[in-house]
Amino acid sequence: MKPSRNPLGEDLARMLKGGVIMDVVTAEQAKIAEKAGAVSVMALERIPSDIRAHGGIARMSDPALIAKIKKAVTIPVMAKVRIGHTAEARILEALNIDFIDESEVLTPADPFHHIDKRPFKVPFVCGATNLGEALRRINEGAAMIRTKGEAGTGNVVEAVRHLKLILREIRDLQSMNGRALKTFAREQRIPMDLLKHVRKLQKLPVVMFTAGGIATPADAALLMDIGAEGVFVGSGIFTSENPAKTARAMVEATTHFQDSRLLLKVSTNLGEAMSGLDIASLPVKMQERGW
Amino acid sequence: MTVGVLALQGDVSEHHEVLRGLRVASFDVRTPADLAGVDRLIIPGGESTAISLLLQSSGLFQEIIARHIKRTLPIFGTCAGAILLAKRIEGTNTPKSLALLNITIDRNAYGTQLDSFEERISVPVLGRKLLRVSFIRAPKITATGEGVEILAMHKKVPVLVRQGSILASACHPEVQCEIRLHEYFLKI
Repeated sequence: MKPSRNPLGEDLARMLKGGVIMDVVTAEQAKIAEKAGAVSVMALERIPSDIRAHGGIARMSDPALIAKIKKAVTIPVMAKVRIGHTAEARILEALNIDFIDESEVLTPADPFHHIDKRPFKVPFVCGATNLGEALRRINEGAAMIRTKGEAGTGNVVEAVRHLKLILREIRDLQSMNGRALKTFAREQRIPMDLLKHVRKLQKLPVVMFTAGGIATPADAALLMDIGAEGVFVGSGIFTSENPAKTARAMVEATTHFQDSRLLLKVSTNLGEAMSGLDIASLPVKMQERGW
Repeated sequence: MTVGVLALQGDVSEHHEVLRGLRVASFDVRTPADLAGVDRLIIPGGESTAISLLLQSSGLFQEIIARHIKRTLPIFGTCAGAILLAKRIEGTNTPKSLALLNITIDRNAYGTQLDSFEERISVPVLGRKLLRVSFIRAPKITATGEGVEILAMHKKVPVLVRQGSILASACHPEVQCEIRLHEYFLKI
């Protein structure tokens, strides 16, 4: 197996494991997230549910906003670029960002390719809905994978679907013979050695978080129990009735996902969660963006 | 001997992996009951602010201090673990630490992720072969007080220290699959 594409970035992702990464749109929200125990914040102009409501073209946030959020906290700061938008990524690297999310939540910029992430020192996290997609991103240099789910919906079902699918596909590699593996590698446009490596490891070679529709501490615990290594919470915190308390509860639930009594305690009297959307009625499915 | 790895957040499985390589039984520690079952504790890398909060809410904070004072709990901290052991922490938004190790540490003093680096450092107590480590948004040990022995330096800055049964490193040997520092920890 080839050496990893971005070993230092993969190491940073390892340090985030078992933690919650929270979307924030202001420096004040970033401080609330840090105080609640977030391991990182995702700095952006609009949370996914507002991007949905707002419509139009969603782009990288103004670097001034990202810089302000960076200044407010000591935890690592991430920011999003459009799929395939290498120039936006270069701007964020010049801003000294800790991690770039090449995200389907923004409007894709390249209909053919994702960013070639190998020349960058800054690490990238990318979304995936299945094993082939995850391995294409890793082969392009992603240092971390997050299952996509359906962002901004407050509906956890797609996050569960993508996580379970990837874990099952990894297990299924074990029973494939050489020919089946070769076919899978060709159809999914991934190198055979990477596929064999994953078959042997029985996990992705980079850290895998989950994302998209996580609205309650119980949602976070559900996904950790299925096998996520950590959680991204986008709209779920700052659209809830009590963001500080919800954020804190998400952090506790992600760490202590096996402890039912603790989950009961942190889930009690949280106030109204985000309202949520039915996925079947969505005009845009963000999870379908990416190739 | 059973070794616990504090499993509130961070690179827990990497430490378990190293311990498995040394054929030592290791367990996750998330509660005071878990802690009662282990002879030694590793505090992994991660975000010190998050781990500090979770230490306090889980009741482990007081328990770890009590066990260590009774001299029944050697502790090894890497990166965030070193911050959480330090008596004095410099910088803003500093987390509450266990304050068991007489050092001053500056969080994220090496900069952002773009300043992270891999290095081979000389650790005389481990022999002549250099130790491969990663510095990931690493903290800098800016002062060491009485009783603290410096086991390794990088560019004239201490990066690995020991005080009695506490071992702390600003960098990560565990992500480089280095087993020798853990082996050393198991003997102290």
